[in-house]
Amino acid sequence: MSNCRKLLNELSNFLDNEIEPGLREELEKHIAKCPHCYVVFDSTKKTIQIFRGCDPYELPETLHRKLQEAVRKQYEDSTRNRP
Amino acid sequence: MNTSPNSNVPKDFTVDALQPLHELELVSLVKQGKIEAFDELIHRYGAKIFRLTYHITGNREDAEDAMQEAFLKSFSHLPQFQANSKFYTWLVRIAVNESLMKLRKRKGNMTLSLDEEIQMEDDSMPREFAAWDENPEQKYARQELRGILDGAVDTLSAPLRTVFILRDLDELSTEETAEALNLSIPAVKSRLLRARLQLREILAKHFHRGNSRE
Repeated sequence: MSNCRKLLNELSNFLDNEIEPGLREELEKHIAKCPHCYVVFDSTKKTIQIFRGCDPYELPETLHRKLQEAVRKQYEDSTRNRP
Repeated sequence: MNTSPNSNVPKDFTVDALQPLHELELVSLVKQGKIEAFDELIHRYGAKIFRLTYHITGNREDAEDAMQEAFLKSFSHLPQFQANSKFYTWLVRIAVNESLMKLRKRKGNMTLSLDEEIQMEDDSMPREFAAWDENPEQKYARQELRGILDGAVDTLSAPLRTVFILRDLDELSTEETAEALNLSIPAVKSRLLRARLQLREILAKHFHRGNSRE
C-alpha cells in the first residue's frame, strides 16, 4: 500500500490520536515530504476544529416551553391514572 | 459516583441547585418524582437533540416533533433505564429512531435505515489540494459561517451525517456513538473518516488560501 493511501486510511485515527507511536512517526515523516498529504491532513484537522468551534445551537424558547409542558402533562396524566 | 437516593439531593429544585448535578443524579431525582430534574435534562440536552433530529429529518417541523417524542418517550420509559449506560446515549438512540420514523413517513420509504453498507468510494477521495489559511473561518460572519457549515453537513448521506454529528459535534466517543446507533466500532470509524473527508472537500471551496474572500 502506498504511503498516501495509508495516510488516508488512518487519517481519522491519526487525528483522534488513536494509532500506535510507530505508525504515527511513519505517517508524520510522510506528511513532511508529501505536499498533497500535508494539505489533506491539515485541512481535515481544520474542518473538525471549525465545526467544534462554532457556537452551539440554542433551543428556541417556545420549543423548550412546549416540551416542558408536554412532559408535565404526561406526568400528571400518569399520576392521575395510578391506582 | 454515588447515585443513591438522597446522596446529593439539593434542598430545593431551582435551576442553580440542579445545574451542577450529574445526569444520573438527575435521572434518580426524576424517578423519585422530582420532575424539575427532567427540566434540567431538557435544558442540558435539548439543543443537541434538536440539532440531531433537524440534521436527520432535514425538516424543522419533523425535527421538533421527533425531539419532543424522544424526550417524552425517555421520560415515560425512565423506570426501565439502566444506569450502567449514559442517559444521553440512550436519549440519542431514541431520538435517532424517532427521526428515522419521520423521514420514512415523509419519503414513503419504509426500509430507510442507518445500517446500510458503506463503501469507501470515490466520493471520499481527496480532489482539493490547495492549502488553507491558519484560521480560514474568520473570513466569514457568524451567521454566514453557520450557513456554510450546516449546508455542508446536509450534503452528507444520513448514515455519515449522524455519525459525524455524534462524534465531532457532540464529541461522543467512538464506543458511545456505536452504542447509540447500534453500529460496530469499525463501522463508526469508517463512516467518520468518509464524513470528514467529504466535508473537507466541500469546505475547501470556501476556506482554501486565495479564494475570492482575500
